[in-house]
Amino acid sequence: MSRAALLVLADGRFPAGGHAHSGGAEAAVKAGRITGAASLEEFCRGRLHTSGLVSASLAAAAALGLDPVELDEAADARTPSAALRTAARRLGRQMMRAARATWPHPELDAVARLFPKGAHQPVVLGVAARAAGLGADDAAYCSLYESVSGAATATVRLLSLDPFDATGVLARLAPAMDLVARDAVDAARRAVEDGVDALPAGSAPLLEISAEAHAAWAVRLFAS
Amino acid sequence: MHLDHSPSHSHSHDGPSALSADAHRPDGSRRAIRIGLGGPVGSGKTATVAALCHALRDELSLAVVTNDIYTREDAEFLLREAVLPPERITAVETGACPHTAIRDDISANLEAVEDLEDEVGPLDLILVESGGDNLTATFSKGLVDAQIFVIDVAGGDDIPRKGGPGVTTADLLVVNKTDLAPYVGSDLARMAADAKAQRAELPVVFQSLRDDKGVAAVADWVRGQLAAWTAA
Ligand SMILES: Nc1nc2c(ncn2[C@@H]2O[C@H](COP(=O)(O)OP(=O)(O)OP(=O)(O)O)[C@@H](O)[C@H]2O)c(=O)[nH]1
Ligand SMILES: [Mg+2]
Repeated sequence: MSRAALLVLADGRFPAGGHAHSGGAEAAVKAGRITGAASLEEFCRGRLHTSGLVSASLAAAAALGLDPVELDEAADARTPSAALRTAARRLGRQMMRAARATWPHPELDAVARLFPKGAHQPVVLGVAARAAGLGADDAAYCSLYESVSGAATATVRLLSLDPFDATGVLARLAPAMDLVARDAVDAARRAVEDGVDALPAGSAPLLEISAEAHAAWAVRLFAS
Repeated sequence: MHLDHSPSHSHSHDGPSALSADAHRPDGSRRAIRIGLGGPVGSGKTATVAALCHALRDELSLAVVTNDIYTREDAEFLLREAVLPPERITAVETGACPHTAIRDDISANLEAVEDLEDEVGPLDLILVESGGDNLTATFSKGLVDAQIFVIDVAGGDDIPRKGGPGVTTADLLVVNKTDLAPYVGSDLARMAADAKAQRAELPVVFQSLRDDKGVAAVADWVRGQLAAWTAA
């Protein structure tokens, strides 16, 4: 396995569509819940422990080779908001295209054929990690980092937040990311034995509700 | 499951859809030509797309993808003007960065063009409009087969002289709104000479969508591109 492949997959410039999404930050900025670096940090911490953990465990489980169809159903069941399910599938489809071009692999082709309109992004990310020769912990880290870096980048654009402050937020979250990644991988390993019900099902109701409202805005910078 | 690792097997009938610039449909036939329209804010990209649809829709099967910055304004204008049936117009959201969506991360646009081919195809032509951006915003060759850069006489007659990737390398440079030149003091001859200096043999069209000829020259250029694409 190649350590550098992890950098390729985790790079914010990996062309898989993430740039058009704010991870709920646009709605939170509009509602006054993110106003600067401190509240961005709290927002990201909330994401890490809820949707971040869930996504990371799905990605880790997919990287361990669990059935992508079962994982996709598990992701659906853990995503109450229809708008977020749509966004996750769209991003999964974009991730699939980028991954197949980058690390051609029969397992990716098989998932692409099963889900022509996209499986949930973390599931595709996990299969992509497998194709790249990466492990469950790598997939969990990629997924977790994405779940906060997208919100931080979007907030830089939305609030003209100092980019150094936004990067500082991500750095301060690193210890928390280590802990959540460990939990995500532990859960994924349990799921290998006990099935997908062993995966965490944490949820942030406000993220789900505000995603529904955001999807109906007439004027917005980000797709979600 | 396919065990063939090479991405080329995706051209086969049952394979998943193509990855990028592949010139063929999954069934092996040649897909629609994709032409991008980029250029600064308000230069007349949407107006040119609308006029092209009017001019070409009776002879070609066509569809449009728009990339707005923060609204669905362009798609809605085209819908309002009823230049095409609604199922032939798709809006892509760009996260505040049209140049990212048309150049650096083209996945959402590729999905839009592929879905249009699937749902309303077979198509001859897909026009992809970028949201208004800066003079360096060009389309990826993975997304479009040819690109038009639209500037206007009111944005300053020194833009052709300044150059930049759009002005210099686009397959067609359109200098729009020539009807406004007298009112904004733009020197069309100078713009033409500067464009020639930047672009050598690459074509330039001066147009006003307010006069009788309208989009005719650009429509002819598009027909020529399509003919060359089909013959290739
Ligand atoms: N006088 C004149 N006005 C024109 C011409 N072409 C377009 N316009 C007007 O210019 C304005 C901007 O045109 P659009 O087609 O929306 O420009 P655009 O490049 O799509 O703009 P963005 O997508 O916002 O970057 C509209 O009010 C058009 O009616 C022209 O040839 N002459
Ligand atoms: Mg426009």
